[in-house]
Amino acid sequence: MKKASKNILPYLFAFIILFFLIAAIFAPLIAPFDPVKQDLMHRLKAPGTVTDAGVHILGTDELGRDLLSRIIYGTRISLLVAFLSVIVSTVTGTWLGMLAGYYKGWVAVLIMRIVDIVLSIPPILLAILTVAVVGPGLGNLVFVLGFTRWPRYARVAYAQTLTVADKPYVQAAQFTSVSTPLIFRRHIIPNIAAPLIVVMTLEFGLMILFEASLSFLGLGVQPPTPSWGAILSTGRNYLSIAWWITSFPGFCLFFLVLSVNMIGDFLRDYLDPHSIRR
Amino acid sequence: MVQFLVKRIFQTLVALWGVITLVFIILHFAGDPTLLMLPESATAEDVARLRSQLGFDRPLIVQYLSYMGQLLRFDLGTSYIQNLPVSEIIASRIPYTLTLAFAALLVAIGIGVPVGIIVGLNHGKMIEKILMPIVLIGQSMPTFWSGILLIMLFSIRWGVLPSSGADGAGAVILPAVSLGALSMATFARILRTSIIEEMDKPYVRAARAKGISFGKVFFRHVFRNSSIPLITIAAIELATLLAGAVIVETVFAWPGLGQLAVQAINSRDFSVVQAVVLLGSFVYIILNLIADLLYSIVDPRIKIQEKTS
Repeated sequence: MKKASKNILPYLFAFIILFFLIAAIFAPLIAPFDPVKQDLMHRLKAPGTVTDAGVHILGTDELGRDLLSRIIYGTRISLLVAFLSVIVSTVTGTWLGMLAGYYKGWVAVLIMRIVDIVLSIPPILLAILTVAVVGPGLGNLVFVLGFTRWPRYARVAYAQTLTVADKPYVQAAQFTSVSTPLIFRRHIIPNIAAPLIVVMTLEFGLMILFEASLSFLGLGVQPPTPSWGAILSTGRNYLSIAWWITSFPGFCLFFLVLSVNMIGDFLRDYLDPHSIRR
Repeated sequence: MVQFLVKRIFQTLVALWGVITLVFIILHFAGDPTLLMLPESATAEDVARLRSQLGFDRPLIVQYLSYMGQLLRFDLGTSYIQNLPVSEIIASRIPYTLTLAFAALLVAIGIGVPVGIIVGLNHGKMIEKILMPIVLIGQSMPTFWSGILLIMLFSIRWGVLPSSGADGAGAVILPAVSLGALSMATFARILRTSIIEEMDKPYVRAARAKGISFGKVFFRHVFRNSSIPLITIAAIELATLLAGAVIVETVFAWPGLGQLAVQAINSRDFSVVQAVVLLGSFVYIILNLIADLLYSIVDPRIKIQEKTS
């Protein structure tokens, strides 16, 4: 009984993620309305309102835009920003961590000191500071998140590379003058990948949350581009007359982040048998 | 002990210096604020004059050294937008953020500790399977959304608590709950694990066999021993909550440092943003140091581990 329920849950969460993924990819086909088209005649209509243009299943916002369509397109922004920033921080962090772990000495001291320093600034403050400098917007957001989060990967990659680089097969490769890039590609990366994948998953959830938070603060994706955080932020002004504007994007954000985190936890148990015992 | 202390304090100083330098470098890329301070009709000469007045035309290394020197004297500079010393602007906001963070910590401990005790003592039973997911869900809720839901329920539907501002004692309740929810699961989880471990130890069985009541054994021994990790967690979580306040303050229009930082970004008031980031990081680093030191005081075993590793 216990075993069965343990096995079903990951599929359920994976299904939720898949659901959002499909919504994001096929947004133009699924969304019933244009997400940025305003209809000032039908502002703040409750969910289920029928207008000449069709049914607004989740209602309309303060400019008469269809909420469901905005949420569907918002999924795109959420997943795109999270995906790109995870890629940026993974690539940067993994390479720096691997170089530190492989070459050791002053390279390691330099890189890992910088890692310590960046990690000692609260992430949301570092993100705010960088946004203040580079300005808001989608591309900048990816840069800011990547820049803020790479040290986590560097730490993991560093620790893993240290153990792998001492293994006889790596030393054998070095002695037989296999080129260094090839050693990285063939021997190091495959052996340090598993814990990094776990970090990537957990960070993916965090990045979705960060994007929403920064957009909520007005520092992320700029209007009229629909983003869950931005929708929540404008909906805050209409809480007493239009509960739906804040409720639905919040639900989506919550379920998506929860599912990603649960999958991350599951992967950790699955890929890293040591953590189960704890 | 002394060696550990010195080493740890040295590390902290390096981290503080690193943060200051990193913030300086990041802000250097932002350029100087002279263009923002002058009217659009200003000539190139005006800009140059102001730049030299404020010292932005000096070599980078000189700017860096004078910036470090200022910080060592606790001089955070002047806000070019508000024409006030930054330290003054910051000081007026600190009490609000501190109140909010401590209230949130109180909420987190007030809920997390009882839940941790209940699930720790009922490990494997139904009540654990009901309570833990609820706490975990509370932790997964984005604070700005849980804050909005609380406003909808308590301020708009029932009208019992204010939705924004910082007037009266009631105003802190909703932001504190919304922020505190972030940490309560951490407390519950840690306490649960350590109670389960502690209850398994032979001395518990021995005391019970001697006829000492369960309540006495639990509160005098088990709870005391299992709450050791809570002390250090509290220091770290306080740091997390202070940083998390940035968003919660914006939701509830709470006039603290977080709201100040967001307003400062929108008016491109870099000196204020920089001061908030520096202050936040300093508190974060120092609370982590305190957590480490507390840990080695309450649990001397940590030093032995330091030596063997």
